[in-house]
Amino acid sequence: MDFTEDQIQRYSRHIILQDVGVEGQERINKGKVLIVGAGGLGAPVALYLAAAGVGTIGIIDGDVVDLSNLQRQVIHFTPDVNKAKVLSAKEKINQLNPDVKVITYYDLLTASNALDIIKDYDFVVDGTDNFPVKFLINDACVQAGKPFSHGGILRFEGQTITVLPGTACYRCVFHAPPPPNAVPTCSQAGVLGAIAGMLGTIQAAEVLKYLTGVGDLLTNRLLTFNAKTMDFRTIKVKHNHRCAVCGDHPTITELVDYEQATCEIKTHGEGVPHKALIQK
Amino acid sequence: MSKIQVNGNEQILETDSVSVLELIKLNKVLNADMVSVQLNGEFVDREVYSSTVLKDNDEIDFLYFMGGGAN
Repeated sequence: MDFTEDQIQRYSRHIILQDVGVEGQERINKGKVLIVGAGGLGAPVALYLAAAGVGTIGIIDGDVVDLSNLQRQVIHFTPDVNKAKVLSAKEKINQLNPDVKVITYYDLLTASNALDIIKDYDFVVDGTDNFPVKFLINDACVQAGKPFSHGGILRFEGQTITVLPGTACYRCVFHAPPPPNAVPTCSQAGVLGAIAGMLGTIQAAEVLKYLTGVGDLLTNRLLTFNAKTMDFRTIKVKHNHRCAVCGDHPTITELVDYEQATCEIKTHGEGVPHKALIQK
Repeated sequence: MSKIQVNGNEQILETDSVSVLELIKLNKVLNADMVSVQLNGEFVDREVYSSTVLKDNDEIDFLYFMGGGAN
């Protein structure tokens, strides 16, 4: 890959980084990353990956921008209310960095489309807001041998783990989705807007580390933080031999859509197709 | 009396034979379904929360489910 003068200038702060350099920047520019959910986490992930020059960014989200999203979903602006989130995100990425090819999926990730969509990408970022899809992403990525980053936020707290083939997966740690209503969602319990930025930015850094091969990924470690105290902690976790998807005797061999309504359904603007946020 | 580590912080258990389930309640976790529990680096099955008794120097981590992100 030959960089133009403009590209050398655009990516100069990466190129002069000893661990990244021209080679690392080339790997970033060739990278293909799928972001599931263009919301609180997906917004900072998409912006930082676009700024970094990730060659192909796929974004899947079946929702439209709501006024209540703007408190934290920094890729969407006030005039974007009622616009499909994937379209709003694509417009910002194109303005930020025309080097990036954006592929949008105005849809939900489901058991029937997950493997087909993720197969085209090097890395998957979980920026979703509900457990059924978090487990679906995990199971699909484990089965397809794709690396991914799990992210979750609530109130003042966040957690993230990076999963590579063979390392502890999300299901090794959390086994199965909690019963409906056992764990509040952000729309029920709230979330400090900047928490989404903190966690999403950590996920973006993990993607760039993965693409460039720099440093140690957050594998076999769950990072948690509480912004009230600003205490960060990494908890060592081990691959679980009894894990239902990557253990010694996996019982999950096909993807499933869990029945669980996790988010309120609300009516969006007139004439805008809205796909209910319920996984069948 | 036993001394244990809960999420990296020391806790003194005044009584003997405190189970994982009781510790979950002692730590004011609203609902046992909100956490995944790791004891000395090994995950504990939910089915044995009440029969798993903590002993001196145990290290226990409550890993909370966090589902937020997009909406």
